[in-house]
Amino acid sequence: MIGVLSYLVFFATMAGIMAITTLGLNIHWGYTGLFNGGVVAFFGMGAYGTMILGSRPEVGQFGGFELPYLVALVGGILAAALLAWIVGLLTLRLRHDYLAISTFGIAVALEAVARNAQWLTGGARGMRGFPRPLEHLIDSNFLYGIVFLLIVLAALALIWVGIERLVHAPFGRALRAIREDEVAARALGKNPSNLRLWSLVIGAAIMGTGGGLYVSYTAFVSPQDLLPILTFQIWAMLIVGGAGNNLGAVLGAVLIWGVWTLSGFALTRLAPASLQIDAGSIQYILIGGLIVSMLIWRPQGLLPERIATTTAGKAGPTIKQGANLR
Amino acid sequence: MIQAILDGILTGSIISLGAIGLTLIMHILRFANFAYAELLAIGAYVSLVFDRLFPALVPALDAAFEPLTLTGSLVLGMLIAMVLTGLSAVAIDWLVFKRIRQKADPLSMVFASFGVALIVRNVIVLIFGHHAQLYSQEIARARILSFDPLILIKPDQVFVLLLALALMLALHLVLTRTTFGYSLRAVAENPTLAQVAGVRLSTMVVAVWIIAGGLSAAAGTFYALTNQLNPMLGHIFLLPVFAATIVGGIGSVYGAVLGGFIVGIASGLALMVLPPGYGPAMPFLIILAVLLIRPQGLFGQEPS
Repeated sequence: MIGVLSYLVFFATMAGIMAITTLGLNIHWGYTGLFNGGVVAFFGMGAYGTMILGSRPEVGQFGGFELPYLVALVGGILAAALLAWIVGLLTLRLRHDYLAISTFGIAVALEAVARNAQWLTGGARGMRGFPRPLEHLIDSNFLYGIVFLLIVLAALALIWVGIERLVHAPFGRALRAIREDEVAARALGKNPSNLRLWSLVIGAAIMGTGGGLYVSYTAFVSPQDLLPILTFQIWAMLIVGGAGNNLGAVLGAVLIWGVWTLSGFALTRLAPASLQIDAGSIQYILIGGLIVSMLIWRPQGLLPERIATTTAGKAGPTIKQGANLR
Repeated sequence: MIQAILDGILTGSIISLGAIGLTLIMHILRFANFAYAELLAIGAYVSLVFDRLFPALVPALDAAFEPLTLTGSLVLGMLIAMVLTGLSAVAIDWLVFKRIRQKADPLSMVFASFGVALIVRNVIVLIFGHHAQLYSQEIARARILSFDPLILIKPDQVFVLLLALALMLALHLVLTRTTFGYSLRAVAENPTLAQVAGVRLSTMVVAVWIIAGGLSAAAGTFYALTNQLNPMLGHIFLLPVFAATIVGGIGSVYGAVLGGFIVGIASGLALMVLPPGYGPAMPFLIILAVLLIRPQGLFGQEPS
């Protein structure tokens, strides 16, 4: 019983971290129309940044600054934001698809660094040794799992409220304006490249938060966490849930993470032994198929973006709905 | 140094072949097609199927053309692969991209192309397995061109380079000497005006996919012949062909050819300084450099 329960807690924690990352992508794609082909790069910057700043020193290894947890996490988030700022400066004034290519490229480059820069990232064996937040206060593993889940959900709620306030503020309206009609927005005195840059940086910081929380939870990071499939999973979550709708993004994250976990479970338990070796490929085809078929048959997602009117008294979904997902 | 440049020229010719189709697709259909490099993988694997099939039917085809490891069956297989890959490119467009093109913006197509790439790559894994394969079990002996500095070259590499150049020349003649070539260039230049002048856009789109598929199949087969074949082939070539396209300027066929050689040689030279693990990141650095210095590429038009 406690086994099932602690698995559910694990599942919910991972889904929560995915949901946070999907909310970051929602700012890029959902609200601004920016194509981010390297979600995993910003997630990874947050993950490695937090790890390098917070971990214990090791011989022959850069980092190990043993900074207080929150400082390390904020450092990871800032690293992700900084990366986005640089990429944005280089590409945002150009053709739209240059951003797609550059972000995809940066994910490939970052994976190469993570695998090869032994002194910085620990290379293929990764980095470990990270005191998890509040861990010393709680004895039971199971209890700690629940506490960490609450931390993740609190972060999710905080980010959700932050995004809702942001997109209902003039800044959010300006973002949607440049997404819909850049020329008109420019005529109204908005500066599209500046707004896009901000959107890219804020979204990347949220993805970095996801990465930082992920390594805090696993207390381990390796290049295996930087595989491109994460980018596709996050996309599938946003596209299935509904771009431009935060509830949709979170719902999509839980759904896709559920489908991913269940399909992995089913393939290892039920599929014949000859298929076992291909289980990963079958899951990848599943994610690819989901992305393509949603785009063909229901591009707006399960929960489409609600057209916001400036006079609306009700300010979007509240924290309550986020809390229901527990 | 000279060895690195020689290897770079060879890889460059393969990248160039791949980039020609991509630059046309990106210009005419106006989206960055991340499924594009999977066409190289499809082509290489179709070649493999026929390379295995023909000797069973006609044993004489299994003899290699000395000093190459290339066999008659592989030559025939590659020709069939060029046609079939072209057709599968059209089929993918018809199944996925056309439907999305009709109702959504170009960036949705970019999303979809990643999905298509994921599907194609993993279907290949399911059919052919993860392991690397070779067309010929014979060992391709390298010839020593000089001892100091040591320069090695395989006959297969020379052959691939010559054939790649021949294919580019053929495309050049088609583009500059035939009515079809004029129509294609007109569509690339200005789709609306070309339609007014009586060029049927949908026919041209099909033609571009077939050219792209055919050249990619050749590129994929060439790579597999001189290196090895594995399902990650598409992933390996994705950034290099994009880099070549951006270096050359989107829409410029000659830019793509030159860009391919630049990316190939630059990557070859960079690996003399950097550890080989950083190889996959090289094309990205080239892309960044171009975006900083000359965003429209060598032969691209100024952004309007």
